[in-house]
Amino acid sequence: MAVQLPEMNLVLLSPEILLSLVAMGLLLMSAWTGKESRGVIGMITLSGIVLAAVVLAGLSSATPSITLGGHFVDDRLARAMKWLLLIATAFPLLMSRDYLAQRGLDSGEYYVLTVTALIGAMAMVSAGSFLVLYLGLELMSLSIYVLAAYDRDHLPSSEAGLKYFILGSLASGILLYGVSLVYGATGSTVFTGVAQAIKAAEHISPVLLLGAALVVMAISFKVAAAPFHMWAPDVYEGAPTSVTAFIAVMPKVAAFTVFFRVLLEAFGALQGHWAPMLQLMAVVTLAVGSLGAIAQSNIKRLLAYSSIGHVGFLLIGLTTGNQLGHQSVIFYLTTYLFMSFGAFCVVLVLNRQGIGDQIGDYAGLAKKRPLLAFVMAMFMFSMAGIPPLAGFIAKLYVLMAAVKAGLLGLAVISVIFAAIGAFYYLRIVKIIYFEAAEQSFSMELSVSHRIVLGVSAILVLVLGIFPGKLLDWSLASVQALL
Amino acid sequence: MSLHHFLILGAVLFTTGVFGIFLNRRNVIIILMSIELILLSVNINFVAFSHYNNDVTGQIFTFFVLAVAAAEAAIGLAILVAFFRNRATIDVERIDTLKG
Repeated sequence: MAVQLPEMNLVLLSPEILLSLVAMGLLLMSAWTGKESRGVIGMITLSGIVLAAVVLAGLSSATPSITLGGHFVDDRLARAMKWLLLIATAFPLLMSRDYLAQRGLDSGEYYVLTVTALIGAMAMVSAGSFLVLYLGLELMSLSIYVLAAYDRDHLPSSEAGLKYFILGSLASGILLYGVSLVYGATGSTVFTGVAQAIKAAEHISPVLLLGAALVVMAISFKVAAAPFHMWAPDVYEGAPTSVTAFIAVMPKVAAFTVFFRVLLEAFGALQGHWAPMLQLMAVVTLAVGSLGAIAQSNIKRLLAYSSIGHVGFLLIGLTTGNQLGHQSVIFYLTTYLFMSFGAFCVVLVLNRQGIGDQIGDYAGLAKKRPLLAFVMAMFMFSMAGIPPLAGFIAKLYVLMAAVKAGLLGLAVISVIFAAIGAFYYLRIVKIIYFEAAEQSFSMELSVSHRIVLGVSAILVLVLGIFPGKLLDWSLASVQALL
Repeated sequence: MSLHHFLILGAVLFTTGVFGIFLNRRNVIIILMSIELILLSVNINFVAFSHYNNDVTGQIFTFFVLAVAAAEAAIGLAILVAFFRNRATIDVERIDTLKG
């Protein structure tokens, strides 16, 4: 029997291949050199990520390419999201170097796992089939479970890792069961093949619908959309802060791209079925995000609920089914990335002085460190959606898309919850500015902290005032989807 | 033996796995076993569909699932050992230091 190999254009995979080589090299290096090379490994990882970005930039041709028999897609969406993923990996590494060194967590494996998680996420955004989607998702998730439990002598960290692992594996199992049903109903695991089979079928089989629902459930779990959010606050609180910053953004970028691919490319014909499901989920997610955060006293838990609230907005953009909505999701993800890293960088800077994660510890920050307090207030205002910051434009575009799609009720509900959410962001600002200082706040900012805080703060402001370029870029990356 | 028999077996295994995770209040190891059950039910589904659809993709998928399941079990046990060293128990009800 003659076996015919599919056409393989490995050039399209060169960023992933490069990063795999970096990960393997780092693993060998950390095994051989031990503790001496700790500082160097971080630098090599960052240079590897920069190199991958250069390779990715070199790849840019306008036409979308599909290789490996349809399993790997390289289009504008994949490229755009890979840029975000590279930033979402480089920023936490940059801002957590002191934090890791101080706690003795900066062994080589930390960087290896970060890079493997990045490779998994990059495979996810380029997935053209459920097989690559599953493998990418597992590579990313398994690396992140270990990272969450990385501070292994510390009970909250190992407990966070265990919880994340159990619930994450359940979600993977649900995803697989869904994929097996979709495969049974359509006879294909490639997204385009599934879409063709759905179009060709005379009626939609219940097996296919159940499979699609299970797949959507599993991905909602990965983005921490309610009612599948229960892991997020615990994992955010227990994991080392550098890891929390990483898992707050990177998996969400990857999972929302997967949402685009699965919902629009594979299940595009089923929009009437998944859109109401996701809209209901968006309402519940917004409610959980804004109401859950009110009673929190731990800043990492609060940021967990805040990220759940942002996911609610992203889900609305996704379910509108129009191009404006898809564009708003990409825009929102980009601004969320910078707001989130800015806020986590402030938490990391304060952690460095041994200041805990309690919001009360931030009292009076403005009197001692006015600039740090100002950027923190800016990130909080941006997350709350107050103009002229980027978070406002992001929310505005989601609402515009919802109104355009006729989802007025959803738009009204989301505005109400955004107003409730503003309460707890403003509470942080109040504590920072108007309460008496109990801490000395004498820590110094390293160069990498200054870079992350500076870049995030400037972008949050500039993207709020001049969003045009990023909006064009977001539109270009989703244009091919519909 | 028709396709339905295999699908029912897969569904029964899947439900057993899911209930094993939520109803089990004693031991984390049982949760790990339940996760394995879920993945195996998926494999049965894939192979059954693959055979009756006369398409080899499902069987290839199964190999990948098997390999990933092994990695997943290894990582789960490693995290569990780390947890056990800190807490000296693997009782499900005592995984409770993080809440609020």
